[in-house]
Amino acid sequence: MTQRRRSNQNSSPETELQTPETTGATAMRLIVPLQGIVQGRGGLILGSLIPCALFYFLQLYLKRNRSPNPPPRSTSSANLGELPRTSSRSNLSSRGSIGPVQISVRASSIAKPSDSPYYIGLEKAAEDPYDRLDNPNGIIQLGLSENRLCFDLIEKWVSENLTDSIMGREGGELSISGIATYQPFDGMTELKVAMADYMSQVMGRTVLFDPSQLILTAGATPAIEILSFCLADQGNGFLIPTPYYPGFDRDIKYRTGIELIPVHCRSTDNFMLSMTALDQAFNQARKRGIKIRGILLSNPSNPVGNLLSRDMLYGLLDFAREKNIHVICDEIFAGSNYGSEEFLSMAEIVESEEFDRTRVHIIYGLSKDLSLPGFRVGVIYSFNEKVLAAAKKLTRFSSVSAPTQRLLVSMLSNTRFIEEYIETNKKRIREIYHLFVAGLEELGIRCAESSAGLFCWANMSSLIPSYSEKGELELWEQLLNIAKINVTPGSACHCIEPGWFRCCFTTLSQEDISVVMERIRKVAETCKSSC
Amino acid sequence: MEKGNRSRQVLSRIATNDKHGENSPYFHGWNAYERNRFHPTQNPQGVIQMGLAENQLCFDLVEKWIRENPNASICTREGADQFKEIAIFQDYHGIKEFRQVVAKFMEKVRGNRVTFDPDRIVMSGGATGANETFMFCLADPGDAFLVPSPYYPAFDRDLRWRTGVQIIPVDCHSSNGFRLTRAAVEVAYKTAQESNINVKGLILTNPSNPLGTTLDMETLKSLVAFVNEKNIHLVCDEIYSATVFNSPRFISVAEVIQELEHCNRDLIHIIYSLSKDLGFPGFRVGIIYSYNDIVVSCARKMSSFGLVSSQTQHFLTSLLSDEEFVDNFLSKSKKRMAKGHHDFTKGLKQVGISCLKGSNSGLFFWMDLGSLLKEQTFEAELELWRVIVDDVRLNVSPGSSFHGLEPGWFRLCFANMDDQTGEVALERIRTFVLDNGKKGDEGR
Repeated sequence: MTQRRRSNQNSSPETELQTPETTGATAMRLIVPLQGIVQGRGGLILGSLIPCALFYFLQLYLKRNRSPNPPPRSTSSANLGELPRTSSRSNLSSRGSIGPVQISVRASSIAKPSDSPYYIGLEKAAEDPYDRLDNPNGIIQLGLSENRLCFDLIEKWVSENLTDSIMGREGGELSISGIATYQPFDGMTELKVAMADYMSQVMGRTVLFDPSQLILTAGATPAIEILSFCLADQGNGFLIPTPYYPGFDRDIKYRTGIELIPVHCRSTDNFMLSMTALDQAFNQARKRGIKIRGILLSNPSNPVGNLLSRDMLYGLLDFAREKNIHVICDEIFAGSNYGSEEFLSMAEIVESEEFDRTRVHIIYGLSKDLSLPGFRVGVIYSFNEKVLAAAKKLTRFSSVSAPTQRLLVSMLSNTRFIEEYIETNKKRIREIYHLFVAGLEELGIRCAESSAGLFCWANMSSLIPSYSEKGELELWEQLLNIAKINVTPGSACHCIEPGWFRCCFTTLSQEDISVVMERIRKVAETCKSSC
Repeated sequence: MEKGNRSRQVLSRIATNDKHGENSPYFHGWNAYERNRFHPTQNPQGVIQMGLAENQLCFDLVEKWIRENPNASICTREGADQFKEIAIFQDYHGIKEFRQVVAKFMEKVRGNRVTFDPDRIVMSGGATGANETFMFCLADPGDAFLVPSPYYPAFDRDLRWRTGVQIIPVDCHSSNGFRLTRAAVEVAYKTAQESNINVKGLILTNPSNPLGTTLDMETLKSLVAFVNEKNIHLVCDEIYSATVFNSPRFISVAEVIQELEHCNRDLIHIIYSLSKDLGFPGFRVGIIYSYNDIVVSCARKMSSFGLVSSQTQHFLTSLLSDEEFVDNFLSKSKKRMAKGHHDFTKGLKQVGISCLKGSNSGLFFWMDLGSLLKEQTFEAELELWRVIVDDVRLNVSPGSSFHGLEPGWFRLCFANMDDQTGEVALERIRTFVLDNGKKGDEGR
């Protein structure tokens, strides 16, 4: 669900991205007025001077936009540096006056290098990854919520249980037709059954999930997109509490055309959602002519890591019923709650009460709780028959690979292993969390109260040069380039208060923590002395 | 205010319209098969599936390879030490070696006459995802793409449903073997323009589904010239490229643009997948290949919605690196396809049923049952189709679902069955044709 780590084989040279489009469009804007001048109104001298001057200024404008230190680029455009540049460029000159190639409006905006520190930081860290032995001066990745704490358990399970290779056993015989052929696009029944049971187990067996209400997708990323396509039209909006997971801007805005309407949460409330703020945001959106179709929540929340209380969940359902909107709960971190507070799924709430369940939908996945992001396994769980029917058709575009489904049927059905895994995982996250947060406290950096997730939400506002997004980004750059740690600044998560940073710690060993703290300390001291 | 009424739950237009096109007979026939599946011993009277283009001809070769290469899978003791790194790998660029072997494989299928750059290879959720992603990248809602007809029924869903893009069919006729001509494309383009429809490109399947034919160099060149002139895109779905079992040989658009001096490569795009050539539709491996840098960048970001499982990437990297295996597979696959195609078409000819002349590829053949229609209408075709599904118990695909102009044509898939089942299927058709032929004679 979070951004990808680039394969670190080679670092791409930083080259600029000058699209044929921008050159062409800019040129056209100048040529047309030029015609008027050259065609006689300005006389011969003006007719030659002015075009020359305009041309000179054009070159200056283009040159300025093509700065020597190119703006930091996202993972996607990094590869463009490696692409052979000959094809489109040579054709530009041979093409004549037909004009630039039209791609979609959407593509033009998506293809642009991302200016979000979330993606920029991930890319930089991937290009120069820290390794205690091989690259001790590399960038320590704290911006990717990945969990490497329990791979030993998985490896043990694999070596004891998997002997059948990638093929399943169809009727006792090793056969490829069980995995190579077309499977139901919304997932094999056996996996749905195993997943429903696993979800119940991960959430403390306080709720049962019905496999027939479950749809499998190639990751939680398409799950959220598919669900969005089913619940709202282009131009509609979802209310979303801030700070929120930066990936939602991609998952929902790239192609569905649905807007995300932020509902700001404050540190005074430990970033818990307030019903007043929710109501205000709904009304303001309505005044702007935006039809709100749902609320999108992460519970446990990302990036803060807190849990929604029973009262809050009831309150949200009441609100949704009153406004006749949907509630989408992304519960992908449900199994990563290491605190003393029990996780409460929205499924449990609707099960116990007479609510209109058809407005409740849950997103889940195996990328966080089971640390299997590479396998691309996501879940849409809904109480709405029509949504299930439509979403099922849409899984045609995003199905789980069959060999992976077979592997997971084995793994998830092994309840004893899953039990051991869940408990050990929580314990290890808790240990690392305490060490990390304590380390930050020694530096005078306090974190929001959290009890779940793979990260902490740290308040570094005392270190930022100015209490503003600009100041926050300056600190972020210092942390990235000088301290060489990649953290996610609150502005990338749409947090309304500057100075907060998300730090993921579940890829760290205990030794690494002291390295991280030392590096932050150096930057902190510089900041304090200059503030 | 109590509004707990379920029926007032508001869903999106996409969720409630039928632009997914799944109400067509193409999909309905599958239900008949699902309810009553043929099995040579357990259910010999069941429905034989001839409506799904699946390639099961060479599973034995793959199974042997898997048994002999346990480290290719992370699910074995030999391969388990890679499990951790593979499981955590979620970079949307994909595993570098995976892209490299896919590029090499695509080159091999094209006789090594072209080279593909692994950095231009982008993953998608099957070719289904690739088709849709290209539309998202190249066209805005309301824009249109030209599609030669008859065409693959699911294009209605893949190209239009979520993207809002329109399909403008380019008519092809049996009078010239359904060959696609530049003239036909121009007519469709002009008509669209006159209706103020903004045409963004031409998308074609080569080798063709459902025709099972390939485009010649001259036609391809003329189409590339056409898109260059109009400054629109050309998307070539080459998903059946390794199913060409007879001459003429397959010519990829990649080969064509190599030969042309003045081609704007930003307009050229290729779709590929391992679902047909290798018979791995369950793996969900779709490949987007574009010569346009911006499209590559955009498609790669969108690939987050349909990445290939790292486990699958890892396995395929091993499999496709084994050149000996790949060469053997491609050659055996072609032979078996040629045989299946030959056996069916010959058997049908003997009872007076012809299949499209010159078909040299695909996992199916395009059969002309026009002589069995009560009248030359699509209603009659559907009536005949129902009889074939219900009485003859073969799930075949009626031409109308491919948006052709002429009734009476049917697509039959043959590569998903063993010889024994194939014989049963052929016998059923021959019996049916002969019985109906007799009835027809009596009526005159």
